[in-house]
Amino acid sequence: MSADALAIHRMRFADLARLSVVGIRNRKLRASLSALGIAIGVAAIVAVLGLSSSSQAGLLAEIDRLGTNLLTVADGQTVSGATAELPIAAPGMIARIDAVTAVDDTGTVANVTAYRSPLIPSINSNALAVRATTLSLAHTVGTSMAQGRFLDPATSREPVAVLGAAAAGRMGIDMVYAGERIWLVTASGGQWFYLAGVLQPAALAPEIDSSVLIGFAAAQTYLGFDGHPSQIYLRAHTAQVDAVHALLAATANPEAANQVTVSRPSDALVARAEAEGALNSLFLGLGAVSLLVGAIGVGNVMLIGVLERRSEIGLRRALGATKGHIRSQFLAEAMLLALAGGVVGVTLGASATAGYAHVKHWSTVIPSLAWAGGLAAALLIGAIAGLLPAVRAARLSPTRALWSV
Amino acid sequence: MTDQVVLQLDRVGKIYPSVPPVTALREVSLTVRAGEFVAVVGPSGSGKTTLLQVMGSLDQPTTGTVRITNLDVAGAPDRRLAALRASRIGFVFQQFFLAEHATLLDNVADGLLYSGVSIRQRRRDAADALTAVGLGSRLGARPTQLSGGQRQRVAIARALVGSPAVVLADEPTGNLDQGTGLAVLDLLEQLHATGTTIVVITHDERVAAHMPRRVEMLDGRVVHDTAKLATGAAT
Repeated sequence: MSADALAIHRMRFADLARLSVVGIRNRKLRASLSALGIAIGVAAIVAVLGLSSSSQAGLLAEIDRLGTNLLTVADGQTVSGATAELPIAAPGMIARIDAVTAVDDTGTVANVTAYRSPLIPSINSNALAVRATTLSLAHTVGTSMAQGRFLDPATSREPVAVLGAAAAGRMGIDMVYAGERIWLVTASGGQWFYLAGVLQPAALAPEIDSSVLIGFAAAQTYLGFDGHPSQIYLRAHTAQVDAVHALLAATANPEAANQVTVSRPSDALVARAEAEGALNSLFLGLGAVSLLVGAIGVGNVMLIGVLERRSEIGLRRALGATKGHIRSQFLAEAMLLALAGGVVGVTLGASATAGYAHVKHWSTVIPSLAWAGGLAAALLIGAIAGLLPAVRAARLSPTRALWSV
Repeated sequence: MTDQVVLQLDRVGKIYPSVPPVTALREVSLTVRAGEFVAVVGPSGSGKTTLLQVMGSLDQPTTGTVRITNLDVAGAPDRRLAALRASRIGFVFQQFFLAEHATLLDNVADGLLYSGVSIRQRRRDAADALTAVGLGSRLGARPTQLSGGQRQRVAIARALVGSPAVVLADEPTGNLDQGTGLAVLDLLEQLHATGTTIVVITHDERVAAHMPRRVEMLDGRVVHDTAKLATGAAT
């Protein structure tokens, strides 16, 4: 029997896994409590990242539904700071651009305020704007009627109004009935307008929401409006949006192209969708704190385990375990414990995200960074939290472990 | 019976560095050959357990040399000593140290966990070892369902499963009543008869009386060895 025939065997992965599973299974309650902290932390992180991605996806889907080919042209400012009015011919000029499929415009009727009745104090103007509008505006900006009908060639000449979604809310009008009227006040007196309908919110043109819309002819007849458009809404072929964008200012106001503001509302919404993640850092921080607490819990449970399992450690050393074997056993157990917490956390976080996204009619998006990162973080935490207990277990002298029970 | 030396202790001393220091072994020289059945007997505090720890490479001597199957324990790295224990030494303890949640088969198979054998082979060998100690019909039972004597049989099977060069038993009958204790001794005798080298540590003269060779210890010294004349190595 030669001394050199001694081989040192690394433990097989399957054996290591079996040992850790047994170690955890023998102390189920304690193991699950200590993994809970990690589960909560991972769940918080996964849910926060998942919810923000899902809401972003929801918003982008909404933007896609509304269309990214809406462009707006608004009156700008002159060098002196006064409003530079768009020429009356501007909508017609824009409509002649080939790639433009629809054009509508509104004109802000200055110095007119709208009230539900003459009895409302004049200071309660609700920040509503009265705008003259062309007749297919709702379709062009991508909204529709919530109640009633939009203006038509007949009603646009008469004192008839349509309310934006927010305007109806602020005035306290939740139902349109025949003969309902609102009171529009000009510098020289007041005028009743019949209410024809209420619009749905217009996500791409939020200024419409807080508007009282009337026909151009009616505005000129009853409110002394000068007929200048102040905002032009147009749809272009999606592939040519950029080309149209470049032409718009010069087309709308050839004499003073620099006094025209051209924008693409969907861009602003996309930017908002992307900025929405900023609020999440607080919740991510809470998740991180929970992970830290979880790590301390796992470390603590493992340390207690080492104290309790002195005789097991001693026995394993007597059976031929090296210090390394003992170390890997306890490290693997801590990592498995944390990983189990991580898996539970990812499941919880993902279901929370899926549930909320379902309620909000978003598609569920859980970024791979969230679930893979959550699991990796759990494993790493297990390794860090298990290191000290594992080293302690390995350092335990076999004689003291076995003979001081 | 071969004449191979399994354990060789040469003037081994062991001092525990407490305050004041405790001398547990003084100048102990002892040789165990393959196939021997040895009782180390002495009152408590005589250094028997320390001797077993040193013979089992679980502890290092302060002075002197210990050779286990010709490997010098002094200065050997932990990994090498662990491999030595995994393949060549079997331990039996007074408290059995069985895993209560595991089956008898898995308890015994754990005796081979660190020797690089596949789990299938480990379980096969464990079943054989359990059969050898008379528990072949209870492979799936748990230690909690067994009597003390049966538990010690499981522990003996675990020590035997790797066919070690020597089995070191520390008070194997210490937790058993006299009848079961005798049965366990009978088992050890049967194993010795089939060629296993066994060293039993005991404070009980009646237990020691079963063994062909008795090493008596007192205050850390070997005061009597029935094989003294044959080996010429005692104090």
